[in-house]
Amino acid sequence: MAFTLKINGTPHEVDVDGDIALLWVLRDVLGMTGTKFGCGQSLCGACTVHLDGQPVRSCQTPVDSVGESAITTIEAIGQSPQGAAVQKAWLDLEVVQCGYCQSGQIMSATALLRDTPKPTDGDIDAAMSGNVCRCGTYQRIRAAIKHAAGV
Amino acid sequence: MDGLILREQIADEAAVSRRTFLQGTGLLLGFVLTGARTQSVFAAPASQVLDNEVTGTFAPNGFIRINPAGAVILVMPMIEMGQGVYTSLSMLLAEELEVGLDQIQLQHAPPNHALYVNSIIGIQNTGGSASVRAFWTPLRQAGAVGRNLLIAAAAKRWSVDPATCRAKDGVVFNASGSKQLSYGELAEAAAKLPVPDAAKVKLKDLKDFTLIGTRAKRVDSAIKVDGRALYGIDARLPGMRVAAVAISPVLGGKAKTVDEKAARAVKGVRQVVNIGEVVAVVADHTGAAKKGLEAAVITWDDGPNGKVSNADIVKHLEEESKRPGVVARNDGDAQNALAAAAQRVDAIYQVPFLAHAAMEPMNCTVHLRKERCDIWVGTQAPTITQSQVAELTGLPMDAIKIHNHLIGGGFGRRLEADGTILAVKIAKHVDGPLKVIWSREEDIQHDMYRPYYLDRMSAGLDATGKPVAWTHRIAGSSVMARYYPPYVKDGLDPDAVEAAAEPPYALPNIHVDYVQVEPPGVRTSWWRGVGPTHNVFVVESFIDELAHAARQDPVAYRKGLLGHNPRALAVLSLAAEKAGWGSSLPARHGRGVSVQFAYGSYTSQVAEVEVAADGSVKVKRIVCAIDCGMYVNPDTIEAQVQGGTLFGLTAALHGSITFKDGRVEQSNFHDYLPMRIDEVPVVETHLIKNAEAPGGIGEAPTAIVSAAVTNAIFAATGKRVRSLPVDTASLRSSS
Ligand code: FES
Ligand code: FES
Repeated sequence: MAFTLKINGTPHEVDVDGDIALLWVLRDVLGMTGTKFGCGQSLCGACTVHLDGQPVRSCQTPVDSVGESAITTIEAIGQSPQGAAVQKAWLDLEVVQCGYCQSGQIMSATALLRDTPKPTDGDIDAAMSGNVCRCGTYQRIRAAIKHAAGV
Repeated sequence: MDGLILREQIADEAAVSRRTFLQGTGLLLGFVLTGARTQSVFAAPASQVLDNEVTGTFAPNGFIRINPAGAVILVMPMIEMGQGVYTSLSMLLAEELEVGLDQIQLQHAPPNHALYVNSIIGIQNTGGSASVRAFWTPLRQAGAVGRNLLIAAAAKRWSVDPATCRAKDGVVFNASGSKQLSYGELAEAAAKLPVPDAAKVKLKDLKDFTLIGTRAKRVDSAIKVDGRALYGIDARLPGMRVAAVAISPVLGGKAKTVDEKAARAVKGVRQVVNIGEVVAVVADHTGAAKKGLEAAVITWDDGPNGKVSNADIVKHLEEESKRPGVVARNDGDAQNALAAAAQRVDAIYQVPFLAHAAMEPMNCTVHLRKERCDIWVGTQAPTITQSQVAELTGLPMDAIKIHNHLIGGGFGRRLEADGTILAVKIAKHVDGPLKVIWSREEDIQHDMYRPYYLDRMSAGLDATGKPVAWTHRIAGSSVMARYYPPYVKDGLDPDAVEAAAEPPYALPNIHVDYVQVEPPGVRTSWWRGVGPTHNVFVVESFIDELAHAARQDPVAYRKGLLGHNPRALAVLSLAAEKAGWGSSLPARHGRGVSVQFAYGSYTSQVAEVEVAADGSVKVKRIVCAIDCGMYVNPDTIEAQVQGGTLFGLTAALHGSITFKDGRVEQSNFHDYLPMRIDEVPVVETHLIKNAEAPGGIGEAPTAIVSAAVTNAIFAATGKRVRSLPVDTASLRSSS
């Protein structure tokens, strides 16, 4: 089936079954490999993208459920003020290690700051506990979110 | 067509599509900006990690490539998997080459034992916390050779004595500074000069370092915050297909029935490959491949391992551990001293099988042709991978091209070539390039696991509580015996006994032996440390038991046994002091300590825990003191202490792989639990500075943390944890 997806502001035509996960459409069909595959079961957050600004797990988002929603991926998150602030904070505080989880971490952190510009530790726990980092960068993720938020 | 050319095309295409995205987002942003927002957007620094191999006009050794037009390219002999090695190895080279870290680009080394062997491991492997240790001198020498040649070329051009010239930030200056030539301008001339003997070039004094020892910024961060970083799983080639795989759930089993027709009926599925041990569904994209694999409803013939269970494995280990093993250490007469001791303490410790569960699931892209085989993968062992693929395909070594990639977490998993071998076996049946992706379930259930170990401990104390006898028997799998048999001398696996054969303490009568027991139907391998990750837990828990038996404070007791070992004493004292050891804590709170010498570094940790009435454990704080000798980048060390500690802590609290009916019982992050941000403690790092030889850092914090935590649990509850992961049910308060 053909779908037109609005990704980072640009329409993309894809022809796949409607139940194919958005993750594979992004990564394999469209070649946007910044969004990562980690678990396929909404357990790790590596595949997080924004649908109309809300963070969703693209591994469990069938492409036919996206409809008219605007999709934003890590490749374009720096175009929003919160995304740019998060990316800069990530660099300032040297958050990344292997980096594989960080696309998802940054997408979740950006959504958090958009809704909650001055997050508490509890807000950070709630927004970020769906994102796994096996390298253990959590301490710096927390600090970088606060740094980006100026708290 | 040449694989490298293909790769460049891909890079070009990626660049084009990236530009397309940015233009696209520009449109979106333009729309948004007509609203209220005016903040500037993030300007991403250029990528410093090259996706393609580049040659150099000036290439005096395996590590430096300088072209007239371009940047200074440094070839990284060890692979980056998060540990910061691209930054630290670059710093070693750049310090002597006299270039700024912002002036360099990096490329992954191809397999080449002669050029890139890790001298500590003896293979071109990234592992064993050995990268900085092995390359501390060779990379500084390589940089100095490059600098000397570039200076010599400039001096020749200016007809002056090279000794009057100096280099800085990629430029050579004459004595007065009136003349200067960039490294690019000198590349051609420098390439014509005879290369000096690296061992004879003069290196900087430690006090003259301007880069080594600083908190220089990571060179791989920029591409990891905006999706540009390319991992093996991101490889894309023209005409590439993707395969989803189902590997026999039991080791040695075979697919019995496969509904190929149903699989092929799925839109986008091209082919089903059934080679018995694995069924692969090949499709246009991963989504179709997975859907096809589900439709294929495979039944399996379990083969000989269909009855393997954890209970049997452990029972067998218990039996085998009763017989004497290969002696790793024998000082004095431990048996007699034990018999004569005033007090005797015995204990059995056990640690489970552990998976790696790196965030990037196993994957490998293969293009197998008649005359060559190209492999795109992130590997910690490129030469091993190359030779195993050569063996499998019958192609000569130089026809096997390994295109290494950034790794999304290695932890030892990518020291094994099994994923690549499996992909090549499948690719034999497929025309054109093929990417094989494992699901998370396959990744966890077909891992090669950190072995299960069972340890028998006995000690004798004299009337003052001092240990006068110490015996330690280790029983479990030998990874080394399979992976690198030459390192096993007379049956002794040096890794399996590391940190057990040489505990840091004064132990006059000590006997340590090792019984190799291989579990049937289970593949074991490297992890973020193997020997020390279990031995330190055992030794540091047991020494805590002895302190308790001697009615002494755990820190004071250890200090009393470290008089001969000033570096171990220093880290212990520092950790204890920074943690506020001895200050009072509320009920069911406790502090625990551990000390280790492993991977060439001295480490001590103090953990503070709270154990709730229901037995659940909250680790509140971890203080780590570390002496890893001369170091390259303290920021990287802090990051490794944080990450390495959490890796070990995750295992201590949650990690266990178990077998039933030959199958792994865990499958994804819901039952092989990673720690998450709401659960982790703050980790504090205190680094000791000295001029000792560099020590390793990647695995040390992983090995040390479990004992600090379980000793803290003992302090909080009086319950001794002798097997991992921590069984919280056993810690419930009785009231
Ligand atoms: S891959 Fe989607 S949540 Fe893990
Ligand atoms: S940085 Fe490696 S998994 Fe998070």
